[in-house]
Amino acid sequence: MYTQGLDQKESAGKRPVDAVEAAEQLQAFQARIDAEEKIEAKDWMPEAYRRTLIRQISQHAHSEIIGMQPEGNWLTRAPSLKRKAILLAKVQDEAGHGLYLYSAAETLGVSRDQMVADLLSGKAKYSSIFNYPTVSWADIGAIGWLVDGAAIMNQIPLCRCSYGPYARAMVRVCKEESFHQRQGFDIMLELSRGSPRQKAMAQDALNRWWWPSLMMFGPNDSESKHSAQSMAWKIKRFSNDELRQKFVDVTVPQADFLGLRMPDEALRFDADAGHYRFGEIDWQELFDVIAGNGPCNKQRLEKRQQAHDDGAWVREAAQAYANKAAAAAA
Amino acid sequence: MSKQEWPLYEVFVRTRSGLSHRHAGSIHAADDQMALDNARDTYTRRSEGVSLWVVRSDRIVASDPAESAAFFEPAEDKIYRHPTFYDVPDGVENL
Amino acid sequence: MNAEQTLIDYTLRLADNALILGQRMVENVAAWPELEEELANANFALDFLGQARMLYSYAGELEGKGRSEDDFAYLRDEHEFRNVLLLEQPNGHFGDALVRQYLFEAAYVHILGALVECRDEQLSAIAARAIKEVQYHVRHTSKWLIRLGDGTELSQTRVQQSLHDVWRFTGELFAADDIDIAFQETFGGPDLSAVAALWRTDVAAVVSEATLVLPDDEWMATGGKQGRHSEHLGYLLAEMQYLPRSHAGATW
Repeated sequence: MYTQGLDQKESAGKRPVDAVEAAEQLQAFQARIDAEEKIEAKDWMPEAYRRTLIRQISQHAHSEIIGMQPEGNWLTRAPSLKRKAILLAKVQDEAGHGLYLYSAAETLGVSRDQMVADLLSGKAKYSSIFNYPTVSWADIGAIGWLVDGAAIMNQIPLCRCSYGPYARAMVRVCKEESFHQRQGFDIMLELSRGSPRQKAMAQDALNRWWWPSLMMFGPNDSESKHSAQSMAWKIKRFSNDELRQKFVDVTVPQADFLGLRMPDEALRFDADAGHYRFGEIDWQELFDVIAGNGPCNKQRLEKRQQAHDDGAWVREAAQAYANKAAAAAA
Repeated sequence: MSKQEWPLYEVFVRTRSGLSHRHAGSIHAADDQMALDNARDTYTRRSEGVSLWVVRSDRIVASDPAESAAFFEPAEDKIYRHPTFYDVPDGVENL
Repeated sequence: MNAEQTLIDYTLRLADNALILGQRMVENVAAWPELEEELANANFALDFLGQARMLYSYAGELEGKGRSEDDFAYLRDEHEFRNVLLLEQPNGHFGDALVRQYLFEAAYVHILGALVECRDEQLSAIAARAIKEVQYHVRHTSKWLIRLGDGTELSQTRVQQSLHDVWRFTGELFAADDIDIAFQETFGGPDLSAVAALWRTDVAAVVSEATLVLPDDEWMATGGKQGRHSEHLGYLLAEMQYLPRSHAGATW
């Protein structure tokens, strides 16, 4: 249950601090994880497990919320009413998914307000992919096809994550997202079978989104600092490189079907291994974007800050009204 | 007051008549009606429900995991409560 | 005016209202005060887009010239749009958008109520679907108006101002012209003076519960229903229509 408020004080009092966490307690915890038992909100858990989850789940939630912006950028200009409705439903799902994920994180004792404050202050991160601009309608297709495609690779294993509230939220997210990638591919298909200008638009979008999509899986396994512990805790079940390879293997044939060319001269099929081999990722670009120097970092956070500030009087008014009503009833 | 976060509510959805309400997730809302509206817009977008319950999270009384052994394990040795405990002789039907 | 043309014109007015309000609501995506309200806004906009699509398709069928829903939405010019002026007004803040939507839907819900009973089967069926959506919207927006009116001093001042700002566009909702009258006579459509009375009662009750004051009826702006719009519509259409307009004949 996503209850943050329950017995919070009591369990906080019982929870041992890092230094004195009993070895048996840790061992028993790991044994539960190894037995594929789910950990629930009020169960004892190591502080580091709690912190890792809060970081990962809130980051995931922030990504959904910030991710509404690049796609929302084309809502007013979607080229047909059907596309407009589909895109709106998708962007709305992202708001919903952010909400499910914030709720899951709240069970760990952090408030949504706190998480939002961390996002706005720049303390918390979100997926770097959303710091790229959507300059043409084809970008909406490319995001659905590639970005949602990559996200699904990451998210499906999370449905089996050891933390119950996160796993349940992800089951709902994955179920709802199943149409997101298809609608993106559908846009790309329509464009690549359309006029030369439309096809050029599609190719341009693929050129710009392909590499950032590959970066979404995170640094190479050898460079990834959180991976080993997260794997042991079954918060993460596959490595960055495994998932990235899987994504490339399924996506390249789809690009062929569209008649579009991947922007990678080194890309080739390794028949012996049964995998596509791809070129070197420009990691410096990823680190630059994470450091805040992507094309849209500033714009995305400013827009979120603006919405937050603009809404303050509304949130306060609703609370004031509720307080008055409660006082009158008492 | 200005920094007050809207309280958290738990949402329970009956997916179709005949079934019980099941926990779906949670939402924030300033008051009870808003909680119902928000639950509707968040958890029934794909026709998932025919009825909704919302309840403030801080009003739920829950058992303590630290006491779960005392709470739940005593039931485990009462296996005679389950029909599979009993052998039904061959030839006896409708039992 | 023949009956067929009356029905087409009337249907297009309904469709244009739904589309223009839907488009305005879409502009607010990712900018709303709380995540939960973000979902509500998107649901409402989806309802309006859905209504617009059904109504345009029906108008296209009636017209019989092969025009699709998108032809109506994307390839008509300002003067061909027949939405009321209220709905094309810029969004402003949450309170402004809320008041605009509430004042419109408080009338729309009664218009749909009459349409459910009208003599055109198809329009009646569309209205029967739409009215359920709109009844829920009115519940949601009227309660929000009460929260803002009876919330803080600041919210009360703001939303009172919102009411004043758009009040002059409400008269058009009930200003019956030839098409309204012909539709009422031929198809049993809504009697706008009756709708106005119902609207007035509902709005007065909500405004009073919201501890707000109903603005005085002064000069009322009209013209949208006849295709004479404010400057705002042109920008809305320019943005909405640009892709299909710049790629003639393309499919998406």
